[in-house]
Amino acid sequence: MKTLSKIYTFLVFLFLYAPIFVLIVFSFNNSTTMSRSVWSGFSFKWYAQLIQDGMLLNALRNTLIIAVVAAIVSTVLGTAAAIGINGMNKWMKRMVMNVTNLPMVNPDIVTGVSLMLLFVFVAKSMGNISLGMFSLILAHITFCLPYVILSVMPKLRQMDSHLYEAAQDLGCSPVLAFFKVVLPEILPGVVTGMIMAFTLSIDDFVISYFTSGTTQTLPIFIYSMTRKRISPEINALSTLLFGTIMVLLIIVNFRQSKDKKAEENLMEEA
Amino acid sequence: MKAKSAAAPYAVWMSIFIIVPMVLVVIFAFTDKNGAFTFKNIAEVGQYSNVFLRSIWLGALATVISLVLGYPLAYIISHIGARRQNMMVMLVMLPMWMNFLLRTYAWMTLLEDNGIINNLLASFGMGKLHLINTQGAVVLGMVYNYIPYMILPLYSVLTKMDSSVVEAAQDLGASQAQVFSKVIFPLSMPGVISGITMVFVPAVSTFIISKMLGGGANLMIGDLIDMQFLGSAYNPNLGSAISLVLMVLILICMGIMNQFDDGESNGGGMMI
Repeated sequence: MKTLSKIYTFLVFLFLYAPIFVLIVFSFNNSTTMSRSVWSGFSFKWYAQLIQDGMLLNALRNTLIIAVVAAIVSTVLGTAAAIGINGMNKWMKRMVMNVTNLPMVNPDIVTGVSLMLLFVFVAKSMGNISLGMFSLILAHITFCLPYVILSVMPKLRQMDSHLYEAAQDLGCSPVLAFFKVVLPEILPGVVTGMIMAFTLSIDDFVISYFTSGTTQTLPIFIYSMTRKRISPEINALSTLLFGTIMVLLIIVNFRQSKDKKAEENLMEEA
Repeated sequence: MKAKSAAAPYAVWMSIFIIVPMVLVVIFAFTDKNGAFTFKNIAEVGQYSNVFLRSIWLGALATVISLVLGYPLAYIISHIGARRQNMMVMLVMLPMWMNFLLRTYAWMTLLEDNGIINNLLASFGMGKLHLINTQGAVVLGMVYNYIPYMILPLYSVLTKMDSSVVEAAQDLGASQAQVFSKVIFPLSMPGVISGITMVFVPAVSTFIISKMLGGGANLMIGDLIDMQFLGSAYNPNLGSAISLVLMVLILICMGIMNQFDDGESNGGGMMI
């Protein structure tokens, strides 16, 4: 039984990682574009081409700008919203949460199409401005907001609401009480929400595809590359992205386990 | 806290960017090019019932395969030591962090007629297989892309399961198969439900995977919508009608799924 489950685990992980491994190996392939699945020697030439690709760098810049703006705006709006929703009565809370869940339940393609209808409608009535960075940022904030709210809400529920009142009784203004008392309590949820918004925004293709006009983000750029069926350049790009993600995850994991250990040590001492 | 007003900017935002667009979809679906009310678009969706059936069939197939493949792995991971558990969960999640276009592209290089699998077969002296541009390739792509969404909720339910319940069943003389079918599986139902919805919804509405791995012949609902908005057959009214039908379809599916979940535990699984 034990060996059987080991074999099974190995097979599933083989299925999950073999394609990625193949991508990485072939990113170093010294091939012409015609024969992308025949190995013909080691080379960095696709990486060299990638770095010189102005379109790619432009797409990367757009993606990062959108992700940073969308993460910041959706975190601020979403945190405020979570506080507001937390103070609502049951009936109103349920109604607002239903609307909040809509973009998460709806297929991405429907969200994308509906936003496109709105943007095209507004753009036309304002004299044919075209979709681009601005519409992309609005769309990204919209689909990030629910995730921020859902990661802040549990922290608010855990918090003792009397703390906020106590701070005010002791002479804090409501704003000061928020920053000194409430925010530190819910900060883990806020940070999680922000990170989630950032990664969702970087990774999104479907909604961006419908709301971007002619502006390119990284996923849209990748899509146009796969359509042209060219280039081990994509393999090189995938390898770089995969490497970055892996390093980031290892750092996060390492920090978490360090935190956990520190916590455990504290518990033992106490 | 009497801070209801903090939600006001959000309420305005969501009205403009969620409710208004949805209303626009409904309006477009029930009007023609000149803005006159019509049922024609909805009626026209009926012509594409084969596309709808194909999407539902392929999406359901991918969901079942993900469940059958993912359940044992989730079970195995939930029964190993805590430290290795975390590593395994990270390994399941890692491919998800790569853009799905790249993951699908990887399968293109593998499955092509002159791709790596066929080259391998040829080097063993075997004949070529036609793998890409088939329905099988589309299902494979869906399973590959979405199976982590099945494994993770299953894992989080299985790892929280009270092992003494399982032991009690064994003490009372249940066989291994009985323990699984009478105790473990029913208790893991919330995870199964959220896994199924998290795989089925994106699978049924995909439009890139079918395009990249299925060729032109295996059109799905998503491709149809794409064609009406950004493709050759530009017709946003029909596109909105198809989107509306897709939305209703998914709401019905989720309604049915929620019937199975007795609502005792709230979802259990959503851990992303």
